[in-house]
Formats: sequence, C-alpha cells, structure tokens
Amino acid sequence: MQITFLLNGETTQYTLTDASVTLLDWLREDRGLTGSKEACREGDCGACTVMLSDATGSRAINACITLMAQMHGKALRTVEGIGSSAAPHPVQQALIETHGSQCGFCTPGIAVALATAHLNGEHDHDAALAGNLCRCTGYAPIIRAADAAAGQPVPDYMHEDAAKLAETASAQISSGGRGGAESPPAYLPANADELAAWLLAHPSSTLVAGGTDLGLAVTKALKPLDKAVFLHRCADLQHITTNADEIRIGAGASIAQLLRAMAKPHPAFAALLKRFASPQIRAMATLGGNIANGSPIADAPPVLIALGARVHLRRGDARREVALEDFYLGYRKQDRAPDEFIEAITIAAHAPNLRAYKLSKRFDQDISTLCAAFNLSLKAGRVTSARVAFGGMAAVPARARKLETALIGQRLDDIAEAALAPSLAEDFSPISDLRGSATYRIQAAENLVIRYARDLAGEAVSVLEVAS
Amino acid sequence: MSVGAPLAHDSAAGHVLGSARYIDDLPVPAGTLHLAFGLSTIAHGTITRMDLSAVRAAPGVVAVLVAADLPYANDVAAAAADEPLLATGVVHYLGQPVFLVIAESHLAARRAARLGQIDYAELPAILTIDQALAAGSRYEGGPVVWSNGDADTAIAGAAHLIEGQFETGAQEHFYLEGQVALALPAEAGMVVHSSSQHPTEIQHKVAAALGYPFHAVRVEVRRMGGGFGGKESQGNALAVACAVAAKVSGRACKMRYDRDDDMTITGKRHDFRIHYRAGFDAEGRILGVEFVHHVRCGWSQDLSLPVADRAMLHADNAYFIPAMRIESHRLRTHTQSATAFRGFGGPQGMAGIERVMEHAAHHLGIDALELRRRNFYTDAGGPSAPPRPPEDISLKQCTHYGQPVVDFELGALVGELEKSADYAARKQEIASWNSTNRTLKRGIALTPVKFGISFTLTHLNQAGALVQVYSDGSVGLSHGGTEMGQGLHRKIGQVAAAAFGIGIDAVRVEATDTGKVPNTSATAASSGADMNGMAVKLACDTIRGRIAAHIAGVADVDLQEVHFEGGQVFTGERAFSFAEAVASAYQARISLSATGFYATPDLAWDRKAGRGRPFYYFAYGAAVSEVVIDTLSGENRILRTDILHDVGASLNPAIDIGQIEGGYVQGAGWLTTEELVWNDAGRLLTHAPSTYKIPAASDRPRLFNVALWPGRNREATIHRSKAVGEPPLMLALSVHQALGAACAACGPNWPGLAAPATPEAVLAAVMRARGA
Repeated sequence: MQITFLLNGETTQYTLTDASVTLLDWLREDRGLTGSKEACREGDCGACTVMLSDATGSRAINACITLMAQMHGKALRTVEGIGSSAAPHPVQQALIETHGSQCGFCTPGIAVALATAHLNGEHDHDAALAGNLCRCTGYAPIIRAADAAAGQPVPDYMHEDAAKLAETASAQISSGGRGGAESPPAYLPANADELAAWLLAHPSSTLVAGGTDLGLAVTKALKPLDKAVFLHRCADLQHITTNADEIRIGAGASIAQLLRAMAKPHPAFAALLKRFASPQIRAMATLGGNIANGSPIADAPPVLIALGARVHLRRGDARREVALEDFYLGYRKQDRAPDEFIEAITIAAHAPNLRAYKLSKRFDQDISTLCAAFNLSLKAGRVTSARVAFGGMAAVPARARKLETALIGQRLDDIAEAALAPSLAEDFSPISDLRGSATYRIQAAENLVIRYARDLAGEAVSVLEVAS
Repeated sequence: MSVGAPLAHDSAAGHVLGSARYIDDLPVPAGTLHLAFGLSTIAHGTITRMDLSAVRAAPGVVAVLVAADLPYANDVAAAAADEPLLATGVVHYLGQPVFLVIAESHLAARRAARLGQIDYAELPAILTIDQALAAGSRYEGGPVVWSNGDADTAIAGAAHLIEGQFETGAQEHFYLEGQVALALPAEAGMVVHSSSQHPTEIQHKVAAALGYPFHAVRVEVRRMGGGFGGKESQGNALAVACAVAAKVSGRACKMRYDRDDDMTITGKRHDFRIHYRAGFDAEGRILGVEFVHHVRCGWSQDLSLPVADRAMLHADNAYFIPAMRIESHRLRTHTQSATAFRGFGGPQGMAGIERVMEHAAHHLGIDALELRRRNFYTDAGGPSAPPRPPEDISLKQCTHYGQPVVDFELGALVGELEKSADYAARKQEIASWNSTNRTLKRGIALTPVKFGISFTLTHLNQAGALVQVYSDGSVGLSHGGTEMGQGLHRKIGQVAAAAFGIGIDAVRVEATDTGKVPNTSATAASSGADMNGMAVKLACDTIRGRIAAHIAGVADVDLQEVHFEGGQVFTGERAFSFAEAVASAYQARISLSATGFYATPDLAWDRKAGRGRPFYYFAYGAAVSEVVIDTLSGENRILRTDILHDVGASLNPAIDIGQIEGGYVQGAGWLTTEELVWNDAGRLLTHAPSTYKIPAASDRPRLFNVALWPGRNREATIHRSKAVGEPPLMLALSVHQALGAACAACGPNWPGLAAPATPEAVLAAVMRARGA
C-alpha cells in the first residue's frame, strides 16, 4: 500500500509493507530526521512530538505511537520543519533567549508543541505542554518562552500545510485502496459503510482508531499489528450533533473534538477531559476507542454513564443500542461481536448538576486512581434521581447503584453528613495497586460524595481554584 | 568580561532546532549491530537451565552471549567488583541482565531478548528494609556509627523529647535520554561513545572487558540528555556490552535501553527509613539528636557507601547540634542497585533533621521558622567577609564531624528571604483563610539548605584540562567534565574567554574525551565547574603568559603592561588583535597549547572516624513554599515559591537560576508525585512515565521567584563562584513541610506526613491530624 502525505511541506510517498512501523522509527531511522526523540515510546513524555495537519486543523501528536498508515492524507511537520538556523520559529528563538533548554532532549518536542499552540492561538501554556515532560528546567523558563513568543507572528509556512494538502489531495492521495491482496497490509475505509462491509468479511480485523493504546501493543508488547483497519478516514464517524434532548457523538470523534463540544453543554465533562491524557493523545484518541478499549480506569466512561450514555453498534447494516454500563461485561470484555463496531454514543444534552472528579498522583497526563461522576436531580432541595458512576473501583467502569438508592430523598445539605459509606462498600470492593490502596479508594470515593454536595452548594472544593 | 554574563547554553540553538546530536542520533557505519539484554524474571535464584535456542533463531539475531562467553572481565561495578555484566549462575534482582543479544536492528534485538527460556531454583528474596535487617543482609558487616558528644544523656536531660520515624522514597532519575552507548572498533583498540557522567570509568571497564590497557580505549561524551547521577555508573553495562560485541563481531555496536528496560535495570535514589529521637530545651534549642538511617542499597554496592556517608554528613543541615549520634545501616536487598542521584544522600540526611524541626515546632508550639533560626550556626558575617580562621571559631560552629563552619550565610539570607517573601504576613493570612475553609487548607514553610561541596572520597577532587589556541586566534578546549544539560561547557567557555579577554564565540568546548584529558573524576558532587573551571583557567593562564611575554618583547614593554581585553592585547601604546598576537607568537615558535591541573586544597577526611574536613566549603540557600491541599482527596498544589540561593559570585546567573528552578522542581517531584512501587516478587511496577509521574509543567509553582544571594565564595574557587548542581534540590523540603503544615491545620495531632506526599499520603496525614 502506498501512503502519501506532506512531510515538512514536501509531498512524500511511502510504501507500507508492515503496518507496525511507527512514525518515529521511520523519521529517525529511514529519513535521518533525528530531531524528534524517543524517550518513552508510549506517548507519555512528548519528546517525539510532531505536528499533524489536515482540513480540520493542526495539532501536536506523539510520533512514537503513531503508525505510518495513519499519515495517509495528512501533513506532518517535525522540529526540522518548524524553523531553521537561519530563521528559527519564534518559539525556538524565545526558548534560546529564556534559557528554556538544559539537556535539550525534550526541547524539540517542546518546541513543536509550543509552535502548534502558537499557530492555533492557544495561550494556556500549561495545557499545551501537559504532554511534554522536562526533567531539567522545572518548566519556568519554557513558560517564559511561550509567553515571549505569544506576541510574535506565525511564520507563513506554518499555515500552508492545510492548503497544500487540499491541492495535493485530489491529485495524489488515493483512497487508500480496498486492502486485501491488492494493497496489504492495512485497510483504510473511507466511510462507515465500507468499514461495515469489510468487518463482515474480515471479523478478526484489528480496528485502529487513534491507536494511542493499540500503539503500545506494537511498541511495548512488540506484537505485530495484524489485519489492521485504520479508521481515521471515516469522516462520517466523526460528527458530533445535538438535538433537544441528546448529543450524538460519532465514535471516531477525537477526545480533543469532544472537549471542545462539551464546553457549553457539560462544562464539568469538559473540565475532566482537559485532564484526559495530554493534548497529543487527545488529538488522536477517539471516544469510540476509549469505550471499546474497555479499561476500568478510562476517563470518559464514568461521566458518560452518569449522562445515561447509550452505545450504538453496527454490524453490516444491522444496528442496535445498549446502555454503556451494560456494554461492559467484565475486565476488558464488552458486549460487542467481532464483526460489530461502535458507530456512535448518545448522551443527555442537559445535566446541570453533572460533576466529575478525577483523582490521580499527578494532575496532568496521568491515569485515574479513581474517577467519579455524579448526575443528580433535585426538587425542593431533595434528591429525586441519581446516576453516579465510578472508574477505578471495579473491573469495569460502573454505576454505584446502592449509593444512588441511598441518595434518593436526601437533602443536599445533609449529604455531607449522611452515612453513605456502607452503600459504597456494598457497591465496590476496589483493589490495591500501584496507583493507590483499596483503603484510599474507598475513603476518597466517600469523600467525593461530600465534595459533590459542597461543590453544588458553591463551596470551593478544588485546589486548582486557589491562588497564593 | 564573559564571566558573570547570562549567556545561553552553548548548545541552545542545536537543542531548539533538533540539530544537537545525542548518541542515538549519530550516523553509524554500515553494518552496525544493535544489542539488548535478556533479563532475569525473578528477584533471587540460581539459574538451573538456560535455553537460548529461540533467541538465536529469532530473525536478525547475529549472536547471543552469556557470562561464559566473555573473554576477559565480567565486571561493570563502580566500586566493589560485585556487579557482573551478565549474571553468573545466580540472579540477584528482577531485571538483572542474564544474556546479551546482538542483532541487525534494535527491534530485532529487543524481540529476541524476550524469547529466552531460563529456569531458576528460587532463593529467598530480600526486598524490604525489615527483611534485610532480619536476615542481616548488609554491606560493611555492621552499621557505621558516628558520635559527637553524648546524645543519649543530652536527650535524657532535655525538657522536651520527640521521637518518630519516617521514610523517604526512592526516585527514578528519568533522564529524558535513556542509557545508550556506541562502540566503534579501532586499530588494536576501541572508541566508545557513551552517555556517561564518568567517561574514565567507562574507559577502565571497557579496557578490562577487552583485555586492553587503558590507552587502547578512547571514550567520548559530547552531551547527555540528562544525567542527575543516573549516568555516573549505570552506563557501564551498555558501553562494555557494545565494546565486547564490537570486538567479537568486528562491527560497530549500539545499545540503548527502552524506557521500561532502563527503569527496570538501573539504580535509583536510595530510599531511607529514618528513626529520630531528639531533646529540646524550653526555648526550642536542640540539645541532642539520635538518628538511625536504614538505607536500601540494592543488590550491589555501587556508590551506596559514599551516599550513605553523605546522608550522615548532612544530618545537621543548618543547625548546631551539641550532641549527635548517627547509626547508618547499609542494607543489601534483591532490588536494583541504588545509585547516585543529585544530592547523593544529602537530601535524605537533610530530610531527617528538617523532620525533627517540624515535629519539634509542632510539639513545642513554636513557629517552625523561629525554632530553626534559634538553632542555626552563627553567621560568618557579611556576604563578602573573609574566611574566619578556625581558631576564632567556637565549638558552636563545628559540625558533628568536626568541620568548623566558617562561611555560614543563612542567618542573613533567611532574614532577607523572610522579608522578600513576606513570610510572616502570609503565614497569618493563611491561618485566617484556613479558619474559614473546611475543604481546602493552605500551608507555608521556609526551610534552609547547607550543602557540603567536595567529593568525600578526597582523591577524586582533581581535574585536568587541555587548552589549544589555534593560529587564527580561535580556542579549542577540553576538560574532564561532561555536559548533561547543566551548562558546564558554557561556564567553562566563559572562564576561558575571560582568561584571554576574547568573546565567547571564539571559544569552542570540545566533546569530553579520555584521549584529551586523562584520569578524570565523574562529573558529580556539583564539582564540575569548580574543578574543571579552575583547571581550564590554569591552562589558559599558562598560554596567556607565554603570549604576553612574547608580545611584551615585540612591543618592548614590561610584561606587567600587557593585558588582554575585548579581543585585544594591549601593550601600553600599541594594541594587537588577539588573533594577531597569537599569529605572532606562532611565528615566534611559541607553544600555544597547555594543560591545566587542579586539586581542591585543604581537605582532610577520616571516613572511618567520621572526623575532619570533607568539604572545601558549603553552599547555602533557602526556600519558602506555599501549598494548598484538598482535605477530602489529598490532592495538592504548590501555589508560590520564593527562593534565595547562594552561588557565590555567579559564573553565569542564567544557568545558575536554571539549576535552582530545575533542582527545586525535581526535588518537589521526589517529595510529592514520584512514587516507585515494587510488588511482593520484587518486580518494579512503575517502570515508565505512564506509571511513574515526574512533575509536569502545571506542577511547577504558580508563582516562582528565584533570586541569587549577592555573595562571593570566601574560598578561592573559580572566580569566587559556588557549586550549584545539587544544593537546590533540597530547597524542595519546604514543599513537604508546607504540605505538613496544611495537614496540621486540619486538627490538633501530629500529622506525620509521609514522603512522597501523594494524595493518598496527604489524606492519611489529614486524618491523623484530626485523630480519625
């Protein structure tokens, strides 16, 4: 299979013979573009950050867990393509002037992450850098550089990828082909219908949406990717639409897209999604992937369950839907046939009392120790309905049904004092692991109920709200 | 004058453009082979059978080596010859290299390394401090004990007694560039590129493994992508493996650890359990302290003994303690061999006495800063005051190991910081804020740092340099220090530029090379600029003296009238450009290259007795940290940090401030989010950034004010500067103490906050404070 994309402004073709080849290995080993570094090979440090562009815009991604097939039809800029020694990018110049590099190994990734944020006019530098680790500087001079560069104009070439891609697209970028014997080893369907048909015929295929977790199977477990179907070209799976009661989120919508879409209807969900991995991961990861992956500590499912999410599944032309909490059957086991795929997720459009809390060792780019989502209705100060879901408390994201029952009829003011612990203990027996002990999980889960009550009452409950 | 100017790192442009090359970025010869280790899967056991046929048959594999295949020394130990490159019959930790795969590609080597079939007869694994104590598994036979005065009696007679125990966690270096080496076979020798803080040790280990004299091995280090102590000894295995494989195959060999392998194989900061008992008088003056340090050293000795020593040497921190007893147990466990890490035991030792101060302040109801101040050593007086002769120093100025503290700055420095950080008013405001917030609580703390500068193994305090002035007036220089991000090469370049009175762009600092400067010490103990800077200056002065003598003759002036400034050589009425002066000297057949050598003076240390002067001088600093905690979840945030730090007369204030900011945040990580977790089988569960959390951008203090104390070193160091690499890490103890203060605001009891202060640890401390 022939992959076509723009690399630092130049049309580039690559013959894909092994679907497991990562973008980073190709850049470093085949192209000699060694500016992008490998420091973790799991999308957690950002040293390999490169900028990906298409018609929907530009975003930073992790080259280390991006597979070559995912480049097809995209434009890519590496650190070598954002500036030169004769004309460094404004963030590169600022990083020099503010002493923003020490050992320099994380610096190319940081430069690309900041250049991407600069291009997009984003000014929350901490957010832009949430996926980039630096062990030397303590970040202060890097943030100074980002501030200093903020007022500088964006170099023209940073804008040009999308337009150039549009020109190139019609002429040179094929549909990716139908796969099979003509163009192994990957199949890149152009829409949901093609995907449905392919899956019926090839039920043992591996679906690659963002690949942010599947990439680890390749880079860490060293498992070759077999019979891979890449979903990023299925634009019809990426829409987010809203009607009076419901928001329908295409399974292929990225977490970044979802974060933007949730800002108005569900700010609490958006706030949680801001702490979903990192910008690089959110740019690639999809909501469908987050659900189908089935991790008990995935960030989105507790909130989705609290919002009454329903999973819309498709098999050929047959469709069915299932409540998200029922979709999870057991640890990493879901109610999905091999030839079936998630088309969309629907959630309630209104939930003014929705709150979601994620606890982890580090605020940014960490995995939940536990995560809680509360969606209560109140009438005359008393709870009339409750949907409460937790992640990290059981083998699957799950509703706290005993707790929900115990909450019904309570006055919000009393919740803090109510003896809810026994209900939670009936709902969950969490495990101890590297992220926290069972004791902490239960204690913190109880306390999050109290936090919810105080939060709804308008009390400051987050350390992120406090300034010196 | 380039010295003292805030010049950018000498590789800054290369860093930001991605053009600065690290070892894995170097173009390699065709046919280069790639290596990976097969690792033990148990913590302790005898290998009963090893079937590597699947490894050998794997695609791309060229050869597989086990211990018996090694032609010469099977040893990569830093100190005690107790660390084989490949296991010899018994494995001592989970992750120990057992066999070496040599393959056509990095991925082929990694894939094949997982195919080894090894059977073990398991032996009991000693993983924890308690298990090691029970089994008597230790280094040096028994504990090392240093006593000064009669601590037991002093404590017994004190008005107030506190006692407690706590642990400081291990810490992974998480240098962004993992361990890596590249060996290139040469004529009757080997050239090794290593990401190492200690190229000379690499040279020695490689030579021993190949049966070569040292001169046949040349080791080059251009730069490291971070070191922090983690590349002082931990790069030996890769360099030796590459060299052995390169000799066997006749081809270039490269090895880099995948991050998971890196964290599983290599050593970390030593975790300590510290027990303390201390007596105070009614005013809060400390009368005596007893410490017991339990140090988890891991499976081999590595650098554990000097690390544990340095912890003992910092058990006083900034305080005069009339009577002290320290008992240090260096425990052998079946875990990674704990190694050097920025501070080298100092942070743990200092954490002990700062915990005592925190506990005593809580117990006595005295403001913690006031209590600390009452116990400070006496100030030497004024930032520029000359050193006081030892005979003027009362006993109240002697450390527990008998070194007079003749340069104490902290009385004045802390006073200044207290003012600039508005400590008192903020503390009051925080107390009032806390009284009206039930869910969130804030805390503030000021802690001092006094850190001893010099290798405690006295003979390591030496450095060499080679300076070469070319006939066009450009200068190339080599020295024994390595560049790991700390800006050493830039500072050294500034020293050379100042010596010749030329611009920094005329000076090039070459890659560190054992063929240029021999017998170097590790770039460690914060000593890089102090020692190598002095060696370079001496070499430059030699050459400058030769040029000056020549030019004095040419211009017919007295030697005293020649001076070098602004790229020119002035001789009274005539001025030459530096290049002209150099060209003229060349024409006159004058040597334009010279070596420089420096040995730190005045050191005298008896390690066994724990007495003497191990340190040339002390570096000082203090930090105020303010934090907020959530009493429901234990989540926490640093809100503001103010630091005043003593770097003497700074060689480069921008680089020094960078070291301070970075060291502080790294220390804060050690004490908050960075938690290493092993399971009961000795498997490290946190072996990648997905599970091990170093600070991210948003974890830095919201407000971060760093200033340099306007002093000069009282000792004759390079341009009167002070070392800066390690001391700032310990400024982060203020974060932990501020978190402790916030926990203490939740109830009347001693919260005894654990380290690292993860949300879980903070919540537990909140509940203890409340008596829940």
